[in-house]
Amino acid sequence: MISDDLLGSEAHWAFGTDFEDPLAGVDTTVPDDIDPAALARYCLMLGDDALVLSQRLSEWCSRAPDLEEDIALANIALDLLGEARLLLARAAVADPSVVPSLPDGSPVPAEDALAFFRSPAEFRNVTMTELPNGDFAETITRLLLFSVWRLAEFESLLTHPDAVLAAVAAKGRKELAYHRDFAARWFVTLARGTAESRRRVLTALAGLWAFWPELDAPADVEVVLDQVFAAADVSRPEVTPARGLGRECVHTEALTDLLAEMQSVARAHPRGLW
Amino acid sequence: MTVTEPQLAEHFGATIARGDRIEPRDWMPEAYRRTLIRQIAQHAHSEIIGMQPEGDWISRAPSLRRKAILLAKVQDEAGHGLYLYSACETLGTSRRELTDKLLSGKQKYSSIFNYPTPSYADVGTIGWLVDGAAICNQVPLCRTSFGPYGRAMIRICKEESFHQRQGYELLMTMMRGTDEQRAMVQESVDRFWWPALMMFGPPDGASPNTEQSMAWGIKRNTNDELRQKFVDMTVPQARALGVTLPDPQLRWNSERQAHDFGEPDWDEFWAVVNGAGPCNAERLAHRRKAHDDGAWVREAAVAFARLEEAL
Amino acid sequence: MSEWPLYEVFVRGKRGLNHVHVGSLHAPDDKLALMHARDVYTRRNEGVSIWVVRASDITASSPDEKDPMFAPSGDKVYRHPTFYDIPAHVPHL
Ligand SMILES: [Fe+2]
Ligand SMILES: [Fe+2]
Repeated sequence: MISDDLLGSEAHWAFGTDFEDPLAGVDTTVPDDIDPAALARYCLMLGDDALVLSQRLSEWCSRAPDLEEDIALANIALDLLGEARLLLARAAVADPSVVPSLPDGSPVPAEDALAFFRSPAEFRNVTMTELPNGDFAETITRLLLFSVWRLAEFESLLTHPDAVLAAVAAKGRKELAYHRDFAARWFVTLARGTAESRRRVLTALAGLWAFWPELDAPADVEVVLDQVFAAADVSRPEVTPARGLGRECVHTEALTDLLAEMQSVARAHPRGLW
Repeated sequence: MTVTEPQLAEHFGATIARGDRIEPRDWMPEAYRRTLIRQIAQHAHSEIIGMQPEGDWISRAPSLRRKAILLAKVQDEAGHGLYLYSACETLGTSRRELTDKLLSGKQKYSSIFNYPTPSYADVGTIGWLVDGAAICNQVPLCRTSFGPYGRAMIRICKEESFHQRQGYELLMTMMRGTDEQRAMVQESVDRFWWPALMMFGPPDGASPNTEQSMAWGIKRNTNDELRQKFVDMTVPQARALGVTLPDPQLRWNSERQAHDFGEPDWDEFWAVVNGAGPCNAERLAHRRKAHDDGAWVREAAVAFARLEEAL
Repeated sequence: MSEWPLYEVFVRGKRGLNHVHVGSLHAPDDKLALMHARDVYTRRNEGVSIWVVRASDITASSPDEKDPMFAPSGDKVYRHPTFYDIPAHVPHL
């Protein structure tokens, strides 16, 4: 049989049965004492961060400095994409009114309706995630800042009253710890490698540091960052913070462009089955 | 005691004849080494250049599930290139050298990747037909006579099955979608069918190296044998999908117990091989830019490693 | 110029098994080699533990290619079979 032949066993899929379902056995009802709208909003923040940064990281595919880095950046993009899918789906369950309405009979699932049919003014990601990739130094620096913060955020979610969010955090924190280590390693390498790489990483840090306050990181996160900076022999740049308002759905042109591209095929076929 | 070259050659021949593998430290005829380097390098380059036609769609994949599948698939191709470059390096060349030869046009890659991908259906068609043809080519190579090459192929074939399945599944899903989507699938199959058949290389009569490669156990089937097998496998899959393969001469021949089919346009094949395909220049320029843009990163990492060693 | 050195990668597929040679990669140093090995060779949950070693640091028997005494077992790095099954559905094998 053809379908057996080509589609029979799940075992060969990259996302097949060998892989644990992070939500297996988790109670998915939204607890009574949680405000569903607030939960949805929070899931969208974390989900949009992951989706937008994943989109940026995947732009490196076939363009990285070497094959090993190409594969590593794709892994990180895939991790974040997986987190985004769980979080967008959770937002839709918590508060269905956040999901854009589509033409009757559209088969588009909620996670895709959220990803492909919202306008830029409905996205809640922080500004840092939407900025264009720049060079490898900028990509690494952003990944460092973002994953140090996000790891701490996820760790604080392990005991969240919403069991789904806690389960997403439990899975994500292992991924994020690796992203942080990878980024920190490269950050130090570039900062101490050649004069050229040091110049580039300092430029990247100076540019991105303005967007750090938008993450609103607790003090212990800055301690981790300072350790990496010390190993890299760099100090916190003196720059005026940018007015990052991504959480309030205010964005740069870069997000508009990113979404226009990302959403183009899905929007051309609102009744399409993929 | 000195061993003469004829003795070594005899030992080499006996190893091949027994069906044993040749390993990197074994003596081997220079021509065998050269042929292997050429074949493995060309194969590795194909994996790497092959990231581009589909990679182009990662940013626009129409669902998050498809985005994840496509990114994982294209990432696999980077892995395949990496495994094959590594196998090639055991023959005394380096990835740097091989990359230089790719970028300078001294070594080739599969012509299929010089065709454009104007439609999202092409992601499905490439998985189904292009990865499908690659599997036909590659499964026999798991038993190729050079150990590292065979082992790389085993790993690659295992991953390729995911590629073909995701492509076929995308097309099946699209065929259940809108009329527009069904038309996209057919249009894409129409464009890729003949180039996919060309992936098996020129007809046996025009493939002068085949005989020696088969004697050495580097190749295990002729181009025409593999092409026939591919057609026979694909026809029922096309029927199940509900698409027409664009070949009026395609029909079952009960005498041969195989399909008869038309002749690919070999003039087009040679034109694309020799650089006149629709995307040859673009593919190499993309690769060259990535390589050049990454130079400062690779250098920085080496400098940092030296610094660490000095401490 | 500055080509990264070649590393050999060994993966323990699951507890109770030996580390098995799975392939090679390039990395500037040991730490990144380990990270690369994780990304390249355990993308599908294939391993619980990884070893990396610089290819140039491996001592192998039959150091001379022209040594007539080579046996199939004479090569420490490359002789290990990799234990990946060919999927059942792949035709004609
Ligand atoms: Fe491949
Ligand atoms: Fe493939």
